[in-house]
Parts: sequence; structure tokens; C-alpha cells
Amino acid sequence: MSAQSETLFIQHFKPSAKPLDYYLKSMSGYQMAKKALAMSQDDIIAEVKKSNLRGRGGAGFPTGMKWGFIPKQSKKPKYLVCNADESEPGTFKDRDIMRYTPHLLIEGMVIAAHAIGANSGFIYIRGEYVVEAKILEKAIEEAYADHYLGKNILGTEFHFDLTVHRGAGAYICGEETALLNSLEGKRGEPRVKPPFPAQAGAFGGPTIVNNVETLAAIPFIMSRGGEWFSKLGKIEKSGGTRLFCVSGHVKKPGVYELPAGSVTLRQLIYDHCGGILGDKKLKAVIPGGSSAPVLTADEIDVIVDIEPLMKIGTMLGSAGILVVSEDYCVVKLIKRITKFYAHESCGQCTPCREGCKWMEDILERIEHGHGREQDLGLLLEIADNINGKTLCALGDAAAGPVTSFVKKFRADFEAHIRGGKCPNA
Amino acid sequence: MGTKILSNKFYSQMEKLEPRYPTKVALLLPALHAAQDEFGWLPPEVMDEVAVYIGIHPAQVREVASFYTMYNLKPVGKYHLRFCTNVACCLRGSDELVEHCEKKFGIKCGETTKDRKFTLMEEECLGSCGTAPALMMNDDYYENLDIPKLDQLLERLE
Repeated sequence: MSAQSETLFIQHFKPSAKPLDYYLKSMSGYQMAKKALAMSQDDIIAEVKKSNLRGRGGAGFPTGMKWGFIPKQSKKPKYLVCNADESEPGTFKDRDIMRYTPHLLIEGMVIAAHAIGANSGFIYIRGEYVVEAKILEKAIEEAYADHYLGKNILGTEFHFDLTVHRGAGAYICGEETALLNSLEGKRGEPRVKPPFPAQAGAFGGPTIVNNVETLAAIPFIMSRGGEWFSKLGKIEKSGGTRLFCVSGHVKKPGVYELPAGSVTLRQLIYDHCGGILGDKKLKAVIPGGSSAPVLTADEIDVIVDIEPLMKIGTMLGSAGILVVSEDYCVVKLIKRITKFYAHESCGQCTPCREGCKWMEDILERIEHGHGREQDLGLLLEIADNINGKTLCALGDAAAGPVTSFVKKFRADFEAHIRGGKCPNA
Repeated sequence: MGTKILSNKFYSQMEKLEPRYPTKVALLLPALHAAQDEFGWLPPEVMDEVAVYIGIHPAQVREVASFYTMYNLKPVGKYHLRFCTNVACCLRGSDELVEHCEKKFGIKCGETTKDRKFTLMEEECLGSCGTAPALMMNDDYYENLDIPKLDQLLERLE
């Protein structure tokens, strides 16, 4: 086990009867907003840039740089939107932040809103998180009562209204422009980009969309400085700690907080999560939510961060790490993943709408022993026809996993096709 | 349009939200949620009333309502069971849970029992992967499930 390292979030993830009392007493709640409201917008953005905070939703875009894209002279109202859609399979960290430390998120949003000049904000939360939405609504009510939200926040000239907006069951609404359409009362279909949200986002106004964990990190940066936050990270270009969500066949699944770039997949799985259930052998790891290309058991001596994973052809994404043991059928697994994308494709782009369904059908027949020799080539061809040819990243998210499973576990697919059944069954 | 079927509570809830949004159509998702809370699903006449309230064509309400899986366009049972069967839950045995329920209730996923007590559905990832397998019943999550725990839960239901 590695030495104890500093954590920001996880020690606060415990049921608290009164989140506001706890936040004020144990986390110096709303002191950082007070400090930030006395700072200039440029100074806050500079501090966030210094922190090397990168978006925690999946794309890993530098947060300070994103905030810097908001045009200052815009006459249109600006918006701050928190992406709390958390629907990437394997991801469950934002739920903990919202249910245990809702005021941390609210304070982060107050600071971010001031930095970009937004007087209105929304937390777009996935429809299934009914309990978490209620916790947030209650916390927002408390924040209004104590002047942390609303008019003249903390006695300053700054106004900021914050509203919880519930989604209603659509994975695609985690994509930021689909999310904005959904916020506007439309079908959650991604938009053509450009314009990017920073130019024309919610209701046509300049908009910043940030993930829950990203915004919840802001108060820490304000409290102890961008440089301190940056140095928490043990790898170039990634500051702070990261919340890793580990699930599947490990002995101790859950959320783990570790300094960015400080741990390999092997250490995470075997040292932190206690190894594989039943002490079986490891078969596969999906390192960044179900959209990330799969890794084999031989590829886990890799640092779990953005660049190292990208270098070996996969991604950190939302840091949802799915662990698969030797006796689980990988064909069944990729069929299930592909079924998900086929179900969640919004249908706008033909390659994704048609391709995902075709890949699902082919994987289904291979799984059940009715596959043909040429099906593997066909799968790769369809995936190639989706990849990079759609408006949003859902197409790539469906294609990458199929390609990687077929290439890395080809023998398993062939055994199904030739033997007429799963060799594990 | 004749008498209103949505309650005063619905209208006062909406009135409170209106100033938060720069357009009225942005209230469509919150309105559909609030309407569904009253009826358990979205009957056509309720969607029509939502259309009148927002000031849009009824077809626009249906276009949006049908995009999202959580809006029930047909009635559901008193207990609406949504089993997550996505990757993490699937790795942890959600298939057996679904099969067990299908047998127990004598229905398939997507169906409702004749007595209108249970509706069974497969759900995409619920964000409960660290405590898989998970089930969402009405508004609440039930996690770390296995067949005995599931049976226990179902037996308590009236």
C-alpha cells in the first residue's frame, strides 16, 4: 500500500444530517467564495489555470483555459451549467459529491459564476438521481437563506441564481450541447459545433459547462492556491487529486481518491481494491468508463492518467474503471456495451444510428454461437465507418470498444464462432 | 380546453420556476416531471394541458417526452422496478435478478403485472457501479443486491 497521501473530498463522504452545518464547521464553508468575490475575474481564472485542473467529466480539457474562452464584452446573458448527468457506465463519483457535500459544489459554482460573469446557473442532474436532486435543492434553499446565493451574495454586488434541472433518462445528455438542448426543453440531440458553448451555449448566451467534480475542486484551489493544487498532481499537466470509480470483479469496489498520476492500474486494482474477486486471474480492464477501449491483463502497469492511457490507445475518460475476471465472457460484455450505445444513440447521424445497431446484432449472434468467420472483419469495418464520422463523441465511444475487444480478444470471438458456444460456458 | 386536470400544486410549482428560465419552453422537462408525479404517467390529456401551459403545440410535447426514457407514456405499476443491467451490474449478476423477477411476476421486462402492482424494466447504468447490482424502485435505489435480498425487499411491499 502506498503512503498516505492528501485527499480533498473523500474524508467528507459520510452521511451528515445537516450538510450546511458540517460544511461551515468542518470545511470552512463559503470562506473561499468570500475570498474569490473580492478578486478580479482575471485573477481567479489565472489561479485556476495555474492549478492545472482538467475537466473531470471525460475530456480532460484545462478548466482555466475553458473559462478564458468566455467573451467578456458579450451583451447576452452568460450561463454557468454544471454537468451532473453522470451516465458514463462505470462512473459514480459525482453522486457522492452531491449527496455528501452539496454545498462544496454550490460554492464552486458561485466562484466559477463570478469568474465568468454569469448571474444564472443550472445543475443539470440525471433524472435517476432523484434523491441527490432533492439534497441539492435543499442545500440551494439553505444557501439562499444565508445569502450564499441570490442577490448581493455575501454582501457584495454579485447576484447568482442557481436551479436544479432534472434530466429524464438519456445518456446522450451528458454530451454538453445535447445537455444544453435538454435544458432548453428540447430533445437531447447534440448540436453542430462550432459555435462552441463558450460563444453560444444555453439560450444562445456564452456558457461554460463543467463537471461536478471539476466545480467542486474550485473552492480548494481558492483556499490554498493554484500552485499548491497543481503540485498535488504527480504528473505533468494534471493537478489535484482524482476520484477513481472502481467496479466489477474487484474485492473492494468503490470511489478512491488519489493524487493525479500517482498510481498504476495494477496498484489501484491489487493494492487499493484488494485484487480480483475469488483471487481469480484478471482478464480485462476498461479504464475510463465503457467508452474507453479495453486493456488486457498485460497492459495494467500504466499510470492511470490522461496522457499515459492515451499513449497506449485508450483513455481515462471519467475515471470509471471496470475490472473483469478470467471467467467472464468478453463477447457477452462487449455485446452488452454495444447494446447500450445502440439504445442511447440519438439517431441524428446515420453512421451511429445504423452502425451501433448492426454491431449489436452481429455481436449478439457471435455470443450465441451463430457467428460467421467474416463477422469479425465486418465488425471492424462498421466500427471504422462510425469512428470520427458523427456530430458528437457517442459514435467514437461505441466504435472504439468494439475495435479494441475484437483486436485484443480475437481468440475468444473465434472460439464462439468455431465452437458454436462460449468456451467458458 | 375545458377544466384543468393538473393540480394547483403543479401550477404553483411552475410559477416558482418560471423566473429562473429565460424561455418558457425550458420549463417543459420540469413540467413533465411534475405532471408525472401527479399521475404516475403522462396521459395524452395531461400532455395537452402541459402544451397549453407552455404555449407550444401538443406534438412538440410528445416529441420531447418520447425522447426520454423516464417519461412513462403508458401507465406503470404501483412499484416500478428498473434493474440496471449495464456493465458493472452485469458483471455482478444483474441478469439473474431480472430473470428471477420475470419468473416471479410472470411477466417480461417492459411489462406490468395484471394487478398493476409491478412494472419491470431493464435500465441503463444507474451510477451505482460500486454497489452493483442495483435496482431503482420508484424514486429510490436498492444496492448490493442478490436474490435473497431482492426477495426480502419484494415481500415487504404491499
